[in-house]
Amino acid sequence: MKQPNTVPSSELMLRETASQTAGPYVHIGLALDVAGLPEREEEIWNQLAKPEAEGEHIEVVGTVIDGNGDLVRDALIEAWQANAKGEYQPEFDLQKPFNSFGRTATTASGDSEWTLHTIKPGAVTRSDGKVMAPHINLAIFARGINIHLQTRLYFEDETRANAVCPVLNAIESPVRRQTLIAKREEADGKIRYRLNIRLQGEGETVFFDF
Amino acid sequence: MQDDNKRFVERDRNWHPPAYAPRYKTSVARSPRQSLVSLQKPSVSELTGPDFRHLRMGAHDNDLLLNFRENPALEGQAGLPIGERMIMFGRVVDQFGKPVPHTLVEMWQANAGGRYRHKKDSYLAPLDPNFGGVGRCLTDEQGWYRFRTIKPGPYPWPNDMNSWRPAHIHVSVIGPSISTRLITQMYFEGDPLIPICPIVQTINDPDAVETMIGRLDMSRSNPMDCLAYRFDLVVRGELQTYFENQ
Repeated sequence: MKQPNTVPSSELMLRETASQTAGPYVHIGLALDVAGLPEREEEIWNQLAKPEAEGEHIEVVGTVIDGNGDLVRDALIEAWQANAKGEYQPEFDLQKPFNSFGRTATTASGDSEWTLHTIKPGAVTRSDGKVMAPHINLAIFARGINIHLQTRLYFEDETRANAVCPVLNAIESPVRRQTLIAKREEADGKIRYRLNIRLQGEGETVFFDF
Repeated sequence: MQDDNKRFVERDRNWHPPAYAPRYKTSVARSPRQSLVSLQKPSVSELTGPDFRHLRMGAHDNDLLLNFRENPALEGQAGLPIGERMIMFGRVVDQFGKPVPHTLVEMWQANAGGRYRHKKDSYLAPLDPNFGGVGRCLTDEQGWYRFRTIKPGPYPWPNDMNSWRPAHIHVSVIGPSISTRLITQMYFEGDPLIPICPIVQTINDPDAVETMIGRLDMSRSNPMDCLAYRFDLVVRGELQTYFENQ
């Protein structure tokens, strides 16, 4: 034990375990079906909302693109979002109609899109009373990514809420705010939002530290 | 409100590997060039996270000696994977040493020959018909987790002309919020491939590399059965703020 008041406070604290890339085989651990492994009794995957979940049912899709403009075909994405009322549901339970957490991955072939089946989240009120526009928190893991990248997905048709969102407004460049806004499409009677995540270069997605 | 009076110790970005680490070649085109945007006022969005206590798990989800078999009819020794039997165990604590109970720890690894059971791995070492390479469990009340597995082999990969990964197990931990989310790799004490690995070398501080070394623990080894490696995980510390922000 260290003698109180004799060492800097940083020395009284442990250091976080260092991060390493999730690597190209992340699917073995976190997306078994993508790796070609049999699934277990329950898996954490991309259906956050069952048909009976309350709210507007949507599909959220996108790609991940590297600094050369090439598709990142081995990315794993984690999503964390509020329910339709703007509340997070920490208790993950696949028996429930909605879960706040999900995972998805880009595909090794074809258009390499990731997909989430979910409901549109409600606006979330911060403890200071400011209202954040509806959003989905995303974390991106892949080979070549040494520590996961954290971003948010916002919705194109929430123009007024987006305009006053304290987090969007914390991004100094209005041009860069646009990198977080998913475009709305309607196809086969489904509402779909699309956001391409650009890791580097022109149109580089805003990534957060928090 | 779900985020009243809570925040986490700031993540030290100089301790973790930088996004751009050119000796690890894949990081060059996959690293942002712009700065991260700091959220000085973390909200409920960042301060909460999933709790997996209700995730249904199989009896052998944390036992890689038993949880995969191409031929389910095989029994006993015929159904066991090749390799050094080992226990990997440890504790998940936060930066203040407080145990993190009931949190999800997931791991994946190559087999004893250094081959992954993955569609995209074409290394010439053979697959083991009795080894899948994935495990998961929740920490207990005191933050302890435990897996049984075989020691993975090192393997070559295309980076430099002749790069080899040290033996390692990928480890994923959630912690109390998405702010504590962490994926790392456990290396094995004494492995001479550690200091020459371009992925290990993405980390600048040698003390940070030490946080990823699993240590042989003879006291937890089972005589005539298997060795044990201890690997504790430290996630960001949770702070309480006692005064109103006005």
